Amino acid sequence: MNRRSTTRLVALAAAAGIAVASLTACSAGGGDDGGGDGDITLTWWHNATSGPMPAVWEEVAAEFEEAHPGVTVEQTGYQNEELQRTLIPNALAAGDPPDLFQVWPGGELRGQVANDYLMPLDEAIPDTVSSVGATVNPWQVDGTTYGIPFTFGIEGFWYNTELFEQAGIDETPTTLDELVDAVGALREAGITPIAVGAGDKWPAAHWWYQFALHSCSPEVLQAAESDLDFTDDCWVEAGEQLEEFLGTEPFQEGFLGTPAQTGAGSSAGLMANGQAAMELMGHWNSGQIGGLTADGEVPAFLGWFPFPGIEGAAGDPTASLGGGDGFACSAEAPPECAELLAYIMSEDVQARFAASGSGIPTVSAAVASLEDPNLTAVAEGLADSSFVQIWLDTAYGTTVGNAMNEGIVNLFGGAGTPADIVKKMQDAAATL
Amino acid sequence: MTSVIESVGPAVSAGSTPARHPRPGAGRARKRAEIVLFVGPALLLFLGFVILPVLLAGVYSFYNLPQSFQWDDLADPERFVGFANYARALEDPAFIRSVGNNFLILSLSLLIQGPLAIGIALLLNRRLRGRGVLRLLIFVPYVLAEVIAGLSWKLLLQPQGGVNALLEALGLGAFTQNWLADPNIALWTMFAILTWKYVGFAILLMLAGLQGVPEELAEAAAIDGASWWQVQRHITIPLLGPTIRIWAFLSIIGALQLFDMVWVTTRGGPLNATSTMATYMVEKGQFGGQPGFGSAVAVILFLISLVVALVYQRFALRRDLAGSITRGVR
Repeated sequence: MNRRSTTRLVALAAAAGIAVASLTACSAGGGDDGGGDGDITLTWWHNATSGPMPAVWEEVAAEFEEAHPGVTVEQTGYQNEELQRTLIPNALAAGDPPDLFQVWPGGELRGQVANDYLMPLDEAIPDTVSSVGATVNPWQVDGTTYGIPFTFGIEGFWYNTELFEQAGIDETPTTLDELVDAVGALREAGITPIAVGAGDKWPAAHWWYQFALHSCSPEVLQAAESDLDFTDDCWVEAGEQLEEFLGTEPFQEGFLGTPAQTGAGSSAGLMANGQAAMELMGHWNSGQIGGLTADGEVPAFLGWFPFPGIEGAAGDPTASLGGGDGFACSAEAPPECAELLAYIMSEDVQARFAASGSGIPTVSAAVASLEDPNLTAVAEGLADSSFVQIWLDTAYGTTVGNAMNEGIVNLFGGAGTPADIVKKMQDAAATL
Repeated sequence: MTSVIESVGPAVSAGSTPARHPRPGAGRARKRAEIVLFVGPALLLFLGFVILPVLLAGVYSFYNLPQSFQWDDLADPERFVGFANYARALEDPAFIRSVGNNFLILSLSLLIQGPLAIGIALLLNRRLRGRGVLRLLIFVPYVLAEVIAGLSWKLLLQPQGGVNALLEALGLGAFTQNWLADPNIALWTMFAILTWKYVGFAILLMLAGLQGVPEELAEAAAIDGASWWQVQRHITIPLLGPTIRIWAFLSIIGALQLFDMVWVTTRGGPLNATSTMATYMVEKGQFGGQPGFGSAVAVILFLISLVVALVYQRFALRRDLAGSITRGVR
């Protein structure tokens, strides 16, 4: 093909391209936002895909439709990580977000607020905002509320009461030294003391978070969240404490490749089958363990105790690490979105959520509806906490969180030092 | 819009009705219009969904972008970092490790999977009882979805998983390993899974290639007194050459872009022991919230693949491809 004909071909192709583009532009005017005549469709994305929750949310949507003629609620459940990491960020960036969707607090929320993606809620539904008390703080930016948690809980040890008895441990550890003693007693009895899903990185990282929480003062923790400043010595100390704890060989064999929640060989599976005595995990873990037992029931031997304090450390011994799931409205959502959110947060719906055993409700009046004794224990632990720090990786945002978790897993694998973790975090923060 | 109709219209009508002013170029113009009509939409899709993203990745790679970036971030001079993302990747031991892993998998594939596939194909090409069943069994892993195969192996190879349990049951407890959890052996385990998955495809290719080797040559050689092995060594394998070289090409590209099996089973861990350029890119770009850095890694991966592919085409495939795929190869 000679040069002239090539250019002509390109010109023709370009012309055809413009034609196609203008055609699509013509058809795009049709619009799907309805509006005006009172017919409104609210889209709602949540993370309930299994267990009792999909049915509860469906019921809630139907009830809201009934109470608000002309409003249709389209609710869809998506797998949690996919929803938070892929679907919502892409929908927001594409300018076509769902009206009501789940938002993780901390770094993710701050990023979305900075891009004007979220609706401020304080004036629209003030009673709902105040109904959840201090748990709403992580969903606020500069004093403005952008999301409201419907569930919130803290991390602690899920343990096997029978194996503890077998190893002659009468009381759950309340200090780090007692925890180390318990690990030793379990080892001596031929029991794997602690299961950890380091293959998924974050479950291993939570160990360092706990040490950081107990080594750093609340002021340092709060400053770190806003300035991403990790120069205080307590951050390196946390790694040193973890390194020392790793020296006691508390974890199961091959923990670097163990997943947290998939299959019988995962850390939750080891708990479910009585092959490990403890697991440090969030408030959702009894459901996970229950799903991995032979009969699908939460085992009777399961118990819960909070992470012990560390003597002589600067951190508050009754501080806890936790997190929750919150809902937020997109900035362009109709005002009915906030009403739907208020309905979801109503005492009645919260009580039904609690009774389903899916998590700990945030409206305190609904806590009484909890039926699972382990969730009640976690709720009591939450109530006893002087201060709740949300998961550090969500608090610091994806970039720092990812680098931090990587550094911590390296320490677990003996391929890094406590100082490396802090350096990785600082390097990642510097790129923001 | 109307200008397009004018430019396309006459060319089309020139064909359907007798042209009033017959021109020698009319036929050719019609042909070109047809080409534009039929190739245009596909070309637009290709440009929009393949070429444009590649170019954009090149652009992004020069910026330090936040996780959910907007177009105005590209206009922010403070976000422009030049080649810093590339330098950062090339200085990161984890990335160097990933590149090394890719090339180790590549070499192992060529050195182990190739001979294995040729050997099995030669065996399966003989008259053999149960040949059909054997062929089917060998090809099944390749048909299985990557994610399903990966998850199954992940579960089987856990420290408390099926493989170790089987070894214990057979009295081989001494051979139990943390297959995917031990940084020293995880990559070898990964290679074993990949071989299990892909050797069936290689065998299938080789078997197809063997169909093109004329039986008369082997018969003639046998009459001359050549043994079975001599026939394979001096006649069959040399004639299988083109198939082997094409398979090697596919294998090389596959090894360089290896992603899904690793992602499903180990996600690059433990301690980067099984990470590849592609998993590193997704880990940093998507999950590490650094799309600019991830784009730089993508460009490096693209360049390495391109160079390897071109070199291979130039030197190994030159005869096989003469006149077929590219006109540039002589």
